[in-house]
Amino acid sequence: MGSLVQSVDWLAIAPPTITAVVALVVLVADLFLPEGRKPLLGLITLAGLVLAGLSLLPLLDGDRSTFCLTTSGTPACSYTADHFTLVIQFLVLGGALLTALLSVSDLVDFKLPSGEYWFLLLSSAAGAALLPASRDLATLVVALEVASLPAFALVGMRRDDRKSSEAALKFFLSSVTATAVMLLGVSFVYAATGSLHLTQVAGGLPGDGTRLGVLAQTGVALTLVGFAFKTAAVPFHFWVPDTYVGAPLPVAAYLSVVGKAVGFTGLILVTVVAFPSYADVWGPALAVLAALTMTAGNVAALRQRADRAHSAVRLLAWSSVGQAGYLLVPIAAAGYDGDPAHAVGSTVAYALMYAAVNLGAFAVAGLVARTSPAHRLADYRGLYARRPLAALALGFFLLCLAGLPPGIIGLFAKVTVFSAAVDAGLGWLAAVMAVNVVIALYYYLQWTALLFRPAEEKAAAPAATAGEEPGEAPAEAPARVPLPLAAAMALAAALGIVLSGAPQLVLRFASGALL
Amino acid sequence: MSHTVMQYLLAATLVLPLLGAVAALLPAPPGLKGRDPEQAVLRHGVTVTGAVLALTIALAAGFDHDRPARMQGTTDISWIPALGIRIHLGVDGVSLPLLVLTALLTFLCALYSYFKMPAGPSPKAFVALILVLESGTLASFAVLDLMLFFLAFEMVLIPMYFLIARWGGDGRERAAWRFILYTLLGSVVMLLGLLLVGIKGGTFDMVALATDNGSKLSRTTQLIAVLAIGVGLAVKAPMWPLHSWLPDAHTAAPTVGSVLLAGVLLKMGTYGFVRIVLPIAPEGAHTFAPYLAAFAVVGIIYGSLVCLSLARTGAKGDLKRLVAYSSVGHMGFVLLGIATMTPTGVNGALFANIAHGLITGLLFFLVGAVKDRYGTSDLDALSGATGAALYGKAPRLGGLLAFGAVASLGLPGLAGFWGEMLAMFGSFRPAEGLSRPAFLTFMALAGFGTLLTAAYMLIVVRRVCMGGDGEGRPAPAPELADVRTYEFAAWTPLVVLTVLAGLWPAALLGLTDPAVSQLLRGGN
Repeated sequence: MGSLVQSVDWLAIAPPTITAVVALVVLVADLFLPEGRKPLLGLITLAGLVLAGLSLLPLLDGDRSTFCLTTSGTPACSYTADHFTLVIQFLVLGGALLTALLSVSDLVDFKLPSGEYWFLLLSSAAGAALLPASRDLATLVVALEVASLPAFALVGMRRDDRKSSEAALKFFLSSVTATAVMLLGVSFVYAATGSLHLTQVAGGLPGDGTRLGVLAQTGVALTLVGFAFKTAAVPFHFWVPDTYVGAPLPVAAYLSVVGKAVGFTGLILVTVVAFPSYADVWGPALAVLAALTMTAGNVAALRQRADRAHSAVRLLAWSSVGQAGYLLVPIAAAGYDGDPAHAVGSTVAYALMYAAVNLGAFAVAGLVARTSPAHRLADYRGLYARRPLAALALGFFLLCLAGLPPGIIGLFAKVTVFSAAVDAGLGWLAAVMAVNVVIALYYYLQWTALLFRPAEEKAAAPAATAGEEPGEAPAEAPARVPLPLAAAMALAAALGIVLSGAPQLVLRFASGALL
Repeated sequence: MSHTVMQYLLAATLVLPLLGAVAALLPAPPGLKGRDPEQAVLRHGVTVTGAVLALTIALAAGFDHDRPARMQGTTDISWIPALGIRIHLGVDGVSLPLLVLTALLTFLCALYSYFKMPAGPSPKAFVALILVLESGTLASFAVLDLMLFFLAFEMVLIPMYFLIARWGGDGRERAAWRFILYTLLGSVVMLLGLLLVGIKGGTFDMVALATDNGSKLSRTTQLIAVLAIGVGLAVKAPMWPLHSWLPDAHTAAPTVGSVLLAGVLLKMGTYGFVRIVLPIAPEGAHTFAPYLAAFAVVGIIYGSLVCLSLARTGAKGDLKRLVAYSSVGHMGFVLLGIATMTPTGVNGALFANIAHGLITGLLFFLVGAVKDRYGTSDLDALSGATGAALYGKAPRLGGLLAFGAVASLGLPGLAGFWGEMLAMFGSFRPAEGLSRPAFLTFMALAGFGTLLTAAYMLIVVRRVCMGGDGEGRPAPAPELADVRTYEFAAWTPLVVLTVLAGLWPAALLGLTDPAVSQLLRGGN
């Protein structure tokens, strides 16, 4: 019998560790930096995230794991840096990096406390980076909470804004309820199987009709509920629009991408790795959930009126619910497929595409919000005349989300999801998704068309909201775009264009087994 | 010509318009600035489309006319191995005429716009959109991979949407929305069908799938696939009753938009039937063929009847709308030819495709010219109580309009005749296993449709071209500008080709026939 002390592979755990350490550095540095030099904190954050991203490079073989059990016969590790982990960590760190770029100018504009902000963002990113690597239920829950708790505070950052604190409270309460339910589920699963390690859980789950069968089934169901909340699946989606509207825009962007990635990763891990023998239970359940989620999100997005305040953010929020539905489809298909690891690759590929273009769309929204803070869709009218590059970029991002050329990557990401569904024999789900894609096309296209409408009619439109500059003449030269914001937009656009030319870069995850 | 040269020619044909579209958005380089930026970009459009036309003509010249059934100039490189999508390009006798037609019509449209830019925002975006549209259309005729076909099919939507919505006439926003939503709804369904074929058949490669000739697809799969793919293609074609987006789109679109929509975009639907549905899922196609034929014949009769009612005095019929509905009828003949599943019928369908592109393209140009001169295309407002007397006021324009109308009604000796005759001939003896009585009925109805077509076309000619003050005196002196030089330049090729295709149909049929027989036999 070997030693009880588990060895630690520091290189393998570097990505989340670096992020967490930088978070602490920022928090401490905030105490000692004079007010004028606070922007330095942003630089530290960006550098830390880049460093964490670079630390993925030595792991590319994807064969490391650590915190392994030394006593039991079957190998079981709590932390595994396989290809799945690396891809998701890349997504999370990249998403956090883009969010950080978006945040720089907002921090100045809204006088947000920068030390706390960066600390919270990095902590949440550290949790999100830990989550895909965790291979036992305890680590999974801890990582999930590390990712979520700072997010509540981030949502409530705008302390002078009543909406912001309300959004934070709403988010907090519903999230905590979900966590409690999930913990109950995890404890049931533990009681039924006697292990927390996912692979051992998979082996130890009792079959139907046995004494512990009901307990295990309840545990599985309750655990899934918690992750369904994180992914904003129906019926746990009501917090999304209010939270996105109340949160600072970069935080909404962060939640829409990294928050979702966290939920999906957890869902994939518990379904495919931990509960494969219950595929006949969660497969159909997730399929129904996917259909409901995409329909609810898209129908609600369709109903956004262009002239209402916050309609742009609300539309993005609802559309992210719809996109969550598409992301669920391959996971549901994994329940029917003989080769589940293969199907979830489609989700990963889609999530990568979605992360790049959705953050890009939020970046342009952040830019537009600088001149018209009401976040109305109507503010985007004639954007092409004012800022041609930003309008072209947003048009491209929206068409990627819609899945229409020239957004080729969006189209093929949808195709992989469709083919996962058709492959698994889920024809009805593919048909529901097809209808949803058309609904989504309608509102994405409407927004895109708005960008290129002539701007002069804007003057005639009643200036309904307060806070809008009355004399915004089209001839007036637009204010300079802050460099970080421009960098975020350019980065997202470049990613989208490169991927459109070479979709294989992300779609290969859909063909190779990741887990 | 060597294989490599053909390869590069074909690839350049597809890529050049895209590069041109990007270049159109950039500021003009020094030396090409022209009189002003607008003129420079319009000239750029003419240059690029002209170069593309030259490329396709070179392609046609280098095409091995002795073996039109063989794919030529093929490129086959892996693009997205994850999905098994390959960049597989090639032309055969079916696609070559469509490629040349597309390049020709786009060039003529660019030329026409150079002199007569439709009212709307800057020509920069206009030229870029036309070029993207051209690239998408050309690609859909040249690709041999199901997913690439879908990509090309979708690629034309955004440009066409903006062409209608930005440069169109009354009711353009609504018309553009209808156009894009109908087509999208159809194409998403089509995507599911294509995926089904690809997954069950094991490849997205059209040539490989055609060679299998459906042997790897079960009957149920074929039925579902044909239904799904057929709906997408039928919306585009358009087949009655999925046609209702077409009249609005045509009426609202600017002249060049209508020309391209009718001339080449509709052909993507019928081409898809011939290239994908017939060879890849023959059993499914066989089952649905009678229904397709029935819908096609209803389309023929329906289109003609609507045209007749639009042409009546006092009906406030719009000429553009009338030509659009006549398209529904003509495309009905194409679909009927395809539904017979015989070489005769399919050849007729392909011939009618090209003829319709030439003639309806010409008609939309002419109607656009009439609308520009009168400020309206309302038939009642045009003709008044006595007829518009175009023969008297603008004899050349009147003559051309009469020529277009006569060609459209299928006068022997002009392009419109052969396709429709062959389509009907095909349904006289449909493929084995198809109900002969049903197809004989369809043939009779289609024949009746040609009569109706003749009737409304002649009414239009009488009301627009003829007329006078009703007392035997000659029509009032010309007060309208007659055909201008640039209009002649844009229209003459269409007139010449219409006559040429009518007098020498073998040139086209010799290309399509071997390729069609091969497709119907299962690609070998």
